[in-house]
Amino acid sequence: MMDLIWVGLILVSLVFGLLNGRTAAVSAAALEGAGAAAELCLKLCGALCLWSGVLKLLEKGGAAAVLGRLLRPLLLRLYPEAREDPAALAALAENMSANLLGLGNAATPAGIRAAKALARGNTASDSLCRLTVLNSASIQLIPAAVCALRGAAGAAQPFDILPAVWLTSLCSAAAGLAAERLLRRPGR
Amino acid sequence: MKGLLLPLLLLLAALPVLLRGGGLYESLTEGFREGLGVLYRIFPPLGATLTAVWMLRASGALEAFTALLAPLLGKLGLPPEIGALLLLRPLSGSAALAAGAELMERCGADSLAGRTAAVLLGGTETTFYVVSVYFGAAGVRRTRHAIPAALAADLTAFLCAGIFTRLFFS
Repeated sequence: MMDLIWVGLILVSLVFGLLNGRTAAVSAAALEGAGAAAELCLKLCGALCLWSGVLKLLEKGGAAAVLGRLLRPLLLRLYPEAREDPAALAALAENMSANLLGLGNAATPAGIRAAKALARGNTASDSLCRLTVLNSASIQLIPAAVCALRGAAGAAQPFDILPAVWLTSLCSAAAGLAAERLLRRPGR
Repeated sequence: MKGLLLPLLLLLAALPVLLRGGGLYESLTEGFREGLGVLYRIFPPLGATLTAVWMLRASGALEAFTALLAPLLGKLGLPPEIGALLLLRPLSGSAALAAGAELMERCGADSLAGRTAAVLLGGTETTFYVVSVYFGAAGVRRTRHAIPAALAADLTAFLCAGIFTRLFFS
């Protein structure tokens, strides 16, 4: 997938560079782009590491576990079959609370465990579709990487986008769940 | 009050660890190390995609593409500059981050386009990556309606990013 995207981008640049007579600028940009990535990573480094330290403290302090317990009623509504499967429920709770806190490293393994429990053979169950939809809607309390990116780009208040991000995620998750219900077909 | 927020958060995160029997400083530094690990993993794909995005901009393709999409995006209430970001977002997380970084550098982080890009990056995930990881791990071949539903969520997020950013910031 990435192969095609990357080659596509380079090819389009080459064609447009030739058409616009900007081939020299395109070559120069190739070197600048990699340098800009290094610069960006350095600028992001401090904020991202600090945030990652705070998250580690929250995790060690049991915030994820508390959040997981609070989420149980919601999870049982979303994934009814988890009622009879405590291991699946635990994985789902871990996945959702890690997502909310922005613990990407913890969210994916838990999500995979939950996906395995919810799969029915090689066909996706409704619950597995819901799990994927919710994970791709990215509901998180503090999108740290994006805020660090804003800070690196000189934003006056990097975190002032949070309410807009929360509302966007919520609407997107709600729309995804509604679409899951509408597109669902009985008989697989 | 606003200046107290971060110090309070640090304290709030630290106290439970202290009460639970310590290891506070060690956990904090471990977190920093993990953050460094994230950057270590982010840099190679970010460098590769940022190279491509920078070339795209220098060639004039980004401008042409923006002009092409402007009427459609205008109708949807989105700034025309975020066209490339919209296309890349569900496909590749690092390419979307690269497009977002380019956009913030060009238009400013606090411009309407820069803010819309940030809200969009924060409020969505790399849909096709999530789908491939979860279904791949579970050994599921028939994804049924998962991809259309996830894309409906993405489309909603694009529209909402435009709406809420304008609502809060203009």
